[in-house]
Amino acid sequence: MKQRRPSRRQLLQIGAAVGGSLLAGQKASAVETDPRKLGDPLGPYSERSPFEKAVRWRRESKTPETGSSFTPLHDSVGSVTPSALHYERHHSGIPTIDPERHRLIVHGLVDRPLSLSMADIRRLPSVTRILVLECGGNSAGEWGSTTGADVQRSYGLVSGSEWTGVPLSLLLAEAGVQPHASWVIAEGADACRMMRSIPLAKALENSLLAYGQNGEAMRPSQGYPLRLINPGWEGNTNVKWLHSLKLTDQPYMARDETSKYSDLMPDGKARIFTYAMEAKSVITFPSGGQTLRVHGLYELTGLAWSGRGRIERVEVTIDGGRTWVQAALQEPRLPIALTRFRLPWRFDGHAALIASRAVDETEYVQPTREALIAARGTNSIYHYNGIKVWSVRADGTVTHVEA
Amino acid sequence: MWKLSAILLAATATLSAQSPRYQVGRPPTPEEIRELGSAIAPDGTGLPAGSGTVAAGREVFAAQCARCHGPTGEGDVGARLVGGQGTLATPRPLKTVGSFWPYATTLWDYINRAMPFDRPGLLQPPEVYAAVAYVLNLNGIIESDRVMDATSLPKVKMPNREGFVADPRPDIPKERRPR
Repeated sequence: MKQRRPSRRQLLQIGAAVGGSLLAGQKASAVETDPRKLGDPLGPYSERSPFEKAVRWRRESKTPETGSSFTPLHDSVGSVTPSALHYERHHSGIPTIDPERHRLIVHGLVDRPLSLSMADIRRLPSVTRILVLECGGNSAGEWGSTTGADVQRSYGLVSGSEWTGVPLSLLLAEAGVQPHASWVIAEGADACRMMRSIPLAKALENSLLAYGQNGEAMRPSQGYPLRLINPGWEGNTNVKWLHSLKLTDQPYMARDETSKYSDLMPDGKARIFTYAMEAKSVITFPSGGQTLRVHGLYELTGLAWSGRGRIERVEVTIDGGRTWVQAALQEPRLPIALTRFRLPWRFDGHAALIASRAVDETEYVQPTREALIAARGTNSIYHYNGIKVWSVRADGTVTHVEA
Repeated sequence: MWKLSAILLAATATLSAQSPRYQVGRPPTPEEIRELGSAIAPDGTGLPAGSGTVAAGREVFAAQCARCHGPTGEGDVGARLVGGQGTLATPRPLKTVGSFWPYATTLWDYINRAMPFDRPGLLQPPEVYAAVAYVLNLNGIIESDRVMDATSLPKVKMPNREGFVADPRPDIPKERRPR
């Protein structure tokens, strides 16, 4: 059968229809309304202002179901990431799961194996914690000779949320962990059934079975309806779409803890089970790609966090590391949470090399890139937490510093 | 000392709370355990019945794996699966099943749970054993006449079995005056 090609007139009509629906969908694409005319009617679920454009940046990947998308840290304010801008890392796409049908099984070395519905889990006592979540591979590009051009692409696989859920220790007590159990094998319900081995000690210390994020059910891309939260540990261990916890006497050496998420050292040995995310900070303003358009006083600001506890202090240099001054920290400083730092800074058209370094409550000091590479070489991929230097030029433009 | 006391206290608290208080849920069905929790341990715990030869694996690989991983595992859209032995301590390490993966059971577990990429769960256990046998053979780890099953697979000694070390962090010396 011969295909009928649309006429030019039909194409124009289609174009007009598409354009019209786009306009309707985007609420007049950022055109201010007459303030004395009645505004929009009330709606059931809010959208942000059409003038706001901050979006995640997605790194190119071989398949659309895999890869990472980065939080726009340069556009962030405060210390909680909007759920819609939380960084993502996916291995086989985002499943759509009906919470009425979802089940979590607890099995293996337990006295009472359990199969729980979401309603069962929601009956249990819950806790709420504000926590940082960082991908183990955040800033991986910084190991190389070309460091990230802006803060989103170089440090954006980190986000902060309020998580609500059930302490895993409580559920394990319900199941009755047997004395020789020492590991928990966590599996997710994405297509690839992402799996990680978690030491039982961590599960009993502070792991959460989370269903809430920032006051509502977590987003599908964050593991809806249920995910594991391991405070302070690399993102990959926080298994999303959680559907199985198996108590065992050994780690299962999953692909994502041997082939991936292990840290190769210069001697050819790889560190395994490198869970903790160490103290880290980065200046988000002024940062790469931004421009200081006028001379005068600015608020220099950024984010600091540590997987090992509270941020104790953040020091800022404006002279490439010769001198450091303490930035003000936003209180309350919560353990294992994004901590906003701020410092008034006058830009008078003089070039400056600016950077921040975080110190956590264990007195761990965020290292320089050089110190990290001296200890670990450049092939470990994961757990980069070096100091990030931005170059503010005399004309007010800000760039990264080539290594 | 205070740390030790705290740990003991925590352990006591954990053990004393082992009786169920909330009576939630029900025992999982065998189907649920099979479907949701099929992870394979490095000692072979969880491996199902069935077996696969290198020859059978060549056919499975050609039909299901080669379009992404290349006809002989040289890599394309999918990861490279062969080669790289001896490169881990060089400036350009090549991490493959043959050069890097410490356990053959991981290969079975990962193919079973996650492959083929666009149709995970497609392969039956004998096909998974066969694909594993073929990839191990491609890497020169097992001979062409070997059969992989729940007994033989965990006994395969991967070249990089001893290549992993515990996390020594914090590992960076403190420096007060960088640069």
